[in-house]
Amino acid sequence: MQANQLILHPNHEDHHIARLAAYAILLHVMEAMIPSPLPGVKPGIANIVVLYVLYRDGWKACAWVSLLRVLAGSLVLGSFLTPTFMLSLSGAVSSLLCLGLAQFLPKKYFGPLSLSMLAALAHMAGQLVLVRCWLIPSAGIVYLLPLLMSFALLFGLVNGVITARLLQLASRPKRA
Amino acid sequence: MKTSGAWIRPLSGDYLIFIIALALLGWLFSHYWNWQAATRLQIHQGGQLIATLTLDQQRELSVSGPLGITRIEIDHGRARVHSSPCTNQYCVHQGWLSHAGQASFCLPNRVSIRLMGASSSYDSLNY
Repeated sequence: MQANQLILHPNHEDHHIARLAAYAILLHVMEAMIPSPLPGVKPGIANIVVLYVLYRDGWKACAWVSLLRVLAGSLVLGSFLTPTFMLSLSGAVSSLLCLGLAQFLPKKYFGPLSLSMLAALAHMAGQLVLVRCWLIPSAGIVYLLPLLMSFALLFGLVNGVITARLLQLASRPKRA
Repeated sequence: MKTSGAWIRPLSGDYLIFIIALALLGWLFSHYWNWQAATRLQIHQGGQLIATLTLDQQRELSVSGPLGITRIEIDHGRARVHSSPCTNQYCVHQGWLSHAGQASFCLPNRVSIRLMGASSSYDSLNY
């Protein structure tokens, strides 16, 4: 009998994604330490990394980073498979689907600000659908919709500005 | 606001998305946060409107559905499902309703109550 040994050979791209996911996880955990005035209202700063990766490395890498962030972030915070994790996952999946479509918008007219706003709104919408269908099935949650969506748009805009700035800095040729 | 290019400049589509999002928010606020006081109550049973009552009274009434009796309470400007034979009790947990457009449904017992505002074009039935 021969011992089964599984050896993974991470290539350069795996390392790259792991590094970016680590940034996203760091932001995710940092954000969890900030108290929020309203449940569900969070700036979502980890999405800066997700959007940055979409522009730099494409949608597939961006999906990896986003989902790794949700998974590892929940393991770090101890919320794996709890409603918090499910909310995080449904938000991440809906914003990824939204970005998957939005990336085909003409780049000449729609920049990171557009994608960030759309992704933030989709993120919130995905979470609210889960809340409505599973966590709080009564109709009351819809009255929070205007407020939650306003915050989503605001934070989406702010994160978009930061991402656009980062992309601009990254594309600038390095000075000697 | 034009800067020397050191800062990011939004594209025309970004403005478009922002304006559409603001319009969506405006609609959400006007639709969900339109706290107009309700004046009348409609009760449906099995898809049929069975009663329209003024909210300006103190009254309890019973509506029978497939599961049993749903009791509805009206109390000077507000109304609620007081008790229901259904298992999930969502309608009861919704508590008092007082704004126009609010509604409470008991799907298992096929009873719903809906609050109407003054501006609604419905005519009222007097009981």
